[in-house]
Amino acid sequence: MDITLSTNGGGYREGYEEFKKNATGKGLAWLEAIREQGISRFSELGFPTAANEDWRFTNVAPIARTPFSLIRNGREKLSPRALKPYEFPGLETIDLVFVDGAYSEELSKTGTLPGGVRVENLARAFESDEGLVKEHLSAYADFTDEAFTALNAAFMEDGGFVYVPSGVRLEKPVHILFVTTSRTRPTIESPRNLIVVEDNASAEVVEQYVSLDESVYFSNVVTELVAGENSSVGHYLIERESKKAFNISTLRAEQKRSSNIRSHSVLLGGALVRNNIHPVLGGEGCDSLINGLYMSTGRQHIDNYMKVEHKSPHCDSRQFYNGVLDGRSRGVFHGRIIVHKDAQKTDAKQTNRNLLLSDNAQIDTKPQLEIYADDVKCTHGATIGQMDENAIFYLRSRGIPNETARDVILSAFTSGTIESMHVREIREYCENLLDDWFAQRRLAEKD
Amino acid sequence: MLEIKNLHVKVGDQEILKGLDLTINTGEVHSIMGPNGSGKSTLAQVLAGRESYEVTEGEILFEGKDLLELAPEERAGEGIFLAFQYPVEIPGVANTYLLREALNSIRKYRGEEPLKHVEFGKLAKEKMDKMGMPDSLLRRSVNEGFSGGEKKRNEIFQMQVLEPRLAILDETDSGLDIDALKIVSDGVNALRSPERSFLVITHYQRLLNYIVPDFVHVLVGGRIVKSGGKELAIELEDRGYGWVEEESRQAVNN
Repeated sequence: MDITLSTNGGGYREGYEEFKKNATGKGLAWLEAIREQGISRFSELGFPTAANEDWRFTNVAPIARTPFSLIRNGREKLSPRALKPYEFPGLETIDLVFVDGAYSEELSKTGTLPGGVRVENLARAFESDEGLVKEHLSAYADFTDEAFTALNAAFMEDGGFVYVPSGVRLEKPVHILFVTTSRTRPTIESPRNLIVVEDNASAEVVEQYVSLDESVYFSNVVTELVAGENSSVGHYLIERESKKAFNISTLRAEQKRSSNIRSHSVLLGGALVRNNIHPVLGGEGCDSLINGLYMSTGRQHIDNYMKVEHKSPHCDSRQFYNGVLDGRSRGVFHGRIIVHKDAQKTDAKQTNRNLLLSDNAQIDTKPQLEIYADDVKCTHGATIGQMDENAIFYLRSRGIPNETARDVILSAFTSGTIESMHVREIREYCENLLDDWFAQRRLAEKD
Repeated sequence: MLEIKNLHVKVGDQEILKGLDLTINTGEVHSIMGPNGSGKSTLAQVLAGRESYEVTEGEILFEGKDLLELAPEERAGEGIFLAFQYPVEIPGVANTYLLREALNSIRKYRGEEPLKHVEFGKLAKEKMDKMGMPDSLLRRSVNEGFSGGEKKRNEIFQMQVLEPRLAILDETDSGLDIDALKIVSDGVNALRSPERSFLVITHYQRLLNYIVPDFVHVLVGGRIVKSGGKELAIELEDRGYGWVEEESRQAVNN
């Protein structure tokens, strides 16, 4: 029997009591304690409202008022062929596949892994790698003030678990794919990912969220990423869900001394999307690249909330977020940089550029610098503009046809954020997604 | 080659060109001079096909074809090239990409095969050397971070690669130092041929020392009020535009 989660009656707590009876990892006291804290905190906080400064531009009432089903069984079986469109041509990956929130053994493919490397689903890791999971799970993604993170902590059951031990360079990227099938009633999923890359190790991890149908559902994702000393980690979030889906996703990255992380977000789907990126540069000499591209159309709402925390000296962070907004869609970029007292010689840069393709599209962009150190360099800049008709005329006057000229200008705008992806096949996959987006836009214009 | 008859053009509510006539034959170099606001740049933009300029009366024939019926890219295909007064910066689009795409679009328009990468590379390199531009400029974004002189030089470089039949130079000399002016003029002169025509728009006579025109026209108040040979340019330099404006006012009053 599926469990209903709703703000009515007994609220989410009622569903939680039912859920915990046979949740994964049952009997693990430390895990049950996290879940209990999660539901308690969520019950206290409730869904955020516009009165909360962090949610001023994003109204989550549509999520709050929708009763969601938490699927317990009866999940659809998929053929590997159904996943073909979500693969990266020419790239061998270590695959973890989740269908409607549950791990699919048949569709996943981990192969032989280098010594000590663990790539498995979290529910399994609760048992097989309990020590590691216990050490890191929920150690970073604080939910004191984060209702959605608390909600995830309460209902987390499964997701990707990646562990790369010291000194190991994981050659093949890990691809964690979350597929939602066609649903008749709105469902909720709480994917929880844990990525631990130890000292001097490296890894590339892709999280991809897709839908097979235009269903209404809610993905409430939390990923914790730990980058050990002198490690290098690439993280990719590709979100191409149903135009009716809700996606709230939090990446909390913990960086040790001299670590390097690259976060790439490509957000194309969803009715209501919130992308929280929260790296904490905790050791000296860290480097963070936080890149993102959001492209919305119709009545989509895509909100990006950056919280870049500099806690140690001599760290660099670079944020480049580009948005393309069409139709009546709405975008938000909230770029917060916090430089703590000890984080001298911080070099933090933030750039948010937006291209509005229609008169009805809207963007709210807000930089927020909180600096408590006195010897730092922080810059931020935001631009909002329309397609540059002068540039288009210039190209056309050189003989380039109108449609091509427009595509050239658009892809020049979007390609910047994609170009910095290290893995060529992932970059090409994203470029194709953008080309499809342009093509669909042209078709829509002709109608 | 180009025949402009009684051209009236409006921008917004304001009429800028008020019955302009001009004929340019194949192989000729014409210069249009005139004070600020006389409509020189409007003429250039209208010829290139800028849509925000509204032609209310008159016609433009290019090789007998109705130019006003053609989109900007089709005009380029027919062989019209405008060197912009203010070349546009296009971040994220490499110079080389723009040029190859432009050249092959024009070739396609004319029913010719696209140029292979290697052939294009050779052609670009050759023209680049002529203009004294470093190869690295090809990989840079179009005009982004270019100095004023580099931008103008880049326009002439593009012109050399695209080899138009009618080149319109819109104040290509403005803001150039003598060295840059010389490079730009040499670039233009190298392209002079019996098959190619030029319309050189300028505010100053100085450019015409380097690019010597066959005909000089004075544009005042949206109309050509005086035409002559290259000596007219020198007279304008000496005496300014006042006397021509005065003459034309008297002509209207009579």
